Amino acid sequence: MSPLNKKLGRDLWRMKGQALAISAVIATGVLLLVMMSGIVTSLDQTRLAYYERNRLANVFAPVVRAPLHMLRNLAEVPGVSAVEGRVNGSALVDIKGLDLPIRAQALSVPDAGPPRLNLPDLTAGRWLARNRADEILLLNSFARAHGLEPGDTLSATMNGARRTFHIVGLVHSPEFLYTVAPGELVSDDSRFGALWMNETALAAAYDMKGAFNEALLTLSRSANETAVLNAVDRILEPYGSRGAYLVKDHTSNRFVMEEIYSMRSTSQTVPPLFMAVAAFLLYIVISRMVQAEREQIGLLKAFGYTSFEVALHYFKLILIISAGGAAMGCVLGTMAGRGMVDIYLEYYKFPLLVFRVEPASFLIGVLSSVLAASAGGFIVLRGVFTLTPAVAMRPPAPADYSRSGRIGASLSRLLDQPSRMVLRRLTRQPGRMLGSTLGIAAGMALAVAMISLFSSFEKTLDLTFNVLDRSDVTVTFTDPLSDTVIYELQRLPHVIEVEPTRSVSATLRNGVESYRGGVNGLVTQPRLNRAVDKNEDALTMPSDGIVLSKSLAGEIRAAVGDTIQVDVHEGRRPILSVPVVGITESLLGAPAYMELSALNEAMREPGRVSGAYLRIDAAEAGFVYRALKDMPSVAGVSLKEDARQAFIRVMNTGAGSMRFIMAAIAGVITFGIVYNAARIAQAERGRDLASLRVIGFTKGEASFVLLGELAVVTLMALPLGAVLGYFLTYGVAAGFSTDIYQIPVVFAPKSYGGAALAVLVAAAFSGWLVKRDVDRADIITALKTRE
Amino acid sequence: MPQNAVPLAFRTTGLTKVYGEGEAAVHALRGVDLEIPSGEIVVLLGASGSGKSTLLNIIGGLDRASDGTAYFENDELTAMSDAELTAYRREHVGFVFQFYNLMPSLTAYENVELVTEIADDPMAPEDALALVGLKERVDHFPAQLSGGEQQRVAIARAIAKNPRVLFCDEPTGALDSTTGRTVLEVLKEVNEKLGATVLIVTHAANTAAMADRVIHFADGAIREVTKNTHKLTPDQIEW
Ligand SMILES: Nc1ncnc2c1ncn2[C@@H]1O[C@H](COP(=O)(O)OP(=O)(O)O)[C@@H](O)[C@H]1O
Ligand SMILES: [Mg+2]
Repeated sequence: MSPLNKKLGRDLWRMKGQALAISAVIATGVLLLVMMSGIVTSLDQTRLAYYERNRLANVFAPVVRAPLHMLRNLAEVPGVSAVEGRVNGSALVDIKGLDLPIRAQALSVPDAGPPRLNLPDLTAGRWLARNRADEILLLNSFARAHGLEPGDTLSATMNGARRTFHIVGLVHSPEFLYTVAPGELVSDDSRFGALWMNETALAAAYDMKGAFNEALLTLSRSANETAVLNAVDRILEPYGSRGAYLVKDHTSNRFVMEEIYSMRSTSQTVPPLFMAVAAFLLYIVISRMVQAEREQIGLLKAFGYTSFEVALHYFKLILIISAGGAAMGCVLGTMAGRGMVDIYLEYYKFPLLVFRVEPASFLIGVLSSVLAASAGGFIVLRGVFTLTPAVAMRPPAPADYSRSGRIGASLSRLLDQPSRMVLRRLTRQPGRMLGSTLGIAAGMALAVAMISLFSSFEKTLDLTFNVLDRSDVTVTFTDPLSDTVIYELQRLPHVIEVEPTRSVSATLRNGVESYRGGVNGLVTQPRLNRAVDKNEDALTMPSDGIVLSKSLAGEIRAAVGDTIQVDVHEGRRPILSVPVVGITESLLGAPAYMELSALNEAMREPGRVSGAYLRIDAAEAGFVYRALKDMPSVAGVSLKEDARQAFIRVMNTGAGSMRFIMAAIAGVITFGIVYNAARIAQAERGRDLASLRVIGFTKGEASFVLLGELAVVTLMALPLGAVLGYFLTYGVAAGFSTDIYQIPVVFAPKSYGGAALAVLVAAAFSGWLVKRDVDRADIITALKTRE
Repeated sequence: MPQNAVPLAFRTTGLTKVYGEGEAAVHALRGVDLEIPSGEIVVLLGASGSGKSTLLNIIGGLDRASDGTAYFENDELTAMSDAELTAYRREHVGFVFQFYNLMPSLTAYENVELVTEIADDPMAPEDALALVGLKERVDHFPAQLSGGEQQRVAIARAIAKNPRVLFCDEPTGALDSTTGRTVLEVLKEVNEKLGATVLIVTHAANTAAMADRVIHFADGAIREVTKNTHKLTPDQIEW
């Protein structure tokens, strides 16, 4: 091995702590990149493969009731390759031991066997027998959540009639990758189910003999999607079309896609941040190393080594540290990805999800870390080229402190000699101190941003479940009912307060932008389910227009004063033109609100309600649930507390769990940076410290010079880090937000305190490590070697 | 043409070097005309700050002159590009510095190897170390060697490439008399065995006694050149 490579090896060994800290920063960046892009790839590819294998429809066309022969007309629409009609009804499932009824979707399959489109996969049991009206297939995740097996029975209310069914098989389905009750946003396996039945039996239950209420269509590759949707709507119009939509607007697929988008955008924003930090650290370390080795560099040049050869020597160091970190990140990222996939399977019900990373991701990870590190290194290595070999001939000149200025006589009396040394160094080499300060501030900023995320999640939780929704129970009716039902509810014992609501599904359009969602009709002064403004003050529902959530306004680029078009998919399916009269805060979903009677008026269905918010006596909840269960018009009952718990669970285990990983990583990085700063100071001051010891300073006094410097730098970094952190928080929050939930930027003093504390702990620990080394250092060796 | 039959190793005319500019300008060399014959031991003697190191750096190819010309044999150093200067140092020149300048992270052997690696026709590092009497210490790191030993490693390192010229800037400056003598012995031996031209820069007049030729330097210019008809061996030198 060449002597320069041996030097390289020993240099690396000597600075192993620092090298490791930098490699770790790079490794975490690459880890996140590999893991996230792997998850994106795995989810996306598995999703597409599963959709294709089980022939998920490209278009869903819900309709009130259309005769089966209309399917032929649908098949003739240009671009449509296959059509199937089915019955899709909502049912209430009664689970033994549960007071609350559970909502479920009942889907028909041809009596002859499995459907051609949206094919469910059997995971247990067998397929439905022909002509059996009492057999069902049950969604696997729902069955598991309630401990149901093939062979068990299940009672369900369909269209008001209660019946008992035999579960003969459990299935996975591509249209229920993510199961969430209509109108809800958080998945809960136990609270929403799906079941499949023979068509004849289900049609009988829902009064759909010879008819269908949902058409599934697949399209040929060249199909014009908008044209198909329009044609389908036109054909089904006379039968009560509820608005055909593409699979991208299908609930389950929408959630999976949001997850993929969010993961992709995080994977594109967060890892580069780490790369930048690593590049900066490497820049500082290598620049100081080159500074310290000026004479050695001069010497090598004096011997006839070319500038290129010398620069290459230092570049190899950069290469080893960055490529080593990247390799580590690739391995750890793959491992972490495998672990994450299991978590994902809890939420996204793929029959099989194999973690796969595209080779390109590895390549990007390694290349980007090497490039980022080199970018930092190249600036330094330029200095290697300009250094003249003559420096090797000069005796080591003492650093010039002459320009540090006289310390005022009064100040001088106040400070002892070591303090003056600290002060002089800070004023004399502000560039270096600034480097260290910036580095630590970057670590602090990262910590602030990550800890702020925790407050953000709390804020989302609080706003959604305490400020906006102050009810205990939400009741949904099977159909919009006359508002007399509200009095019925009010008369129930232990019900304290009832607030009616009407929600209609609709597509909101503003110019070319559109969003398939709904409009919620709220009473003028809502008390239980409210909309609030920026200051969290409850809005009075104006009767002359629509109020959009901030996220929805963003989605369709609408502002107060604009008039938007609302295509209602229910009732008379009016197309409304409504002015936007307000914007509300909302962190979950993208709701729109209208005043209840104004909405009903626009629908030309006065006095209708589709649901109600209830406040009840918690001690008698069971009684209320049973009473609700007995009301035939009730389609579903959901408890706010359940939704809240489900949300917390999703945030702690799903994509939201990423914040724990990020926080841990921010901790590692912060420590890495601080530790680096301490080691650099030690390397630069080693000789001075030994000299101090020689002339009679105690170990404590000598380390004070070093640690005092670290302390001052750290303290300067705190306010700077707080400011940087404030801005970084915006970026991170945006990266974490999705269409389904928004992560607000919360300025919580405790985030800043926590981050500052983390930096101080890191500084104290690094200081202790360095001091231990300084105390142990042999004075003679330190004096003999010029470093 | 020079009067003596021996070919010249170095020749300079009007060599000047100015550090800095304006008020702060330091005239380190003020027009140096010099001829150094091949194969001699030449001592450059002068007070500290008189410009000796500056001259040595320029003809050693480490630094550039502000004006004037300098030749190594028939090649004009002052006209060379950086790459040519690098090649010149790589192929022909050995350096010994006052502060040894060993790589602290390399052993004695490896420090020598650093140079033999890139030389055309080097000796084996162990031979070079044997020449300076350090056969036993090849695996020691600089921190484990005394000053004299470090300087001898530096000399081994300088001679291992079989250089045509050896530049020594205050090679004994940091050493006691006994160690200093040993180092000078080694330089003399290298001059005799390898036939290398040896240029020693010093402010210590006694070293001059071992030279073929002594160049007296003062205030950036040559004061006088004397030839020693009767050279002393290093052990005869008084300290
Ligand atoms: N890099 C430099 N910048 C400015 N002045 C220098 C530099 N190197 C040397 N000098 C000045 O040039 C003069 C000659 O220096 P030098 O050749 O080192 O003297 P010597 O080796 O004879 O002691 C001195 O006055 C010194 O201060
Ligand atoms: Mg000198």
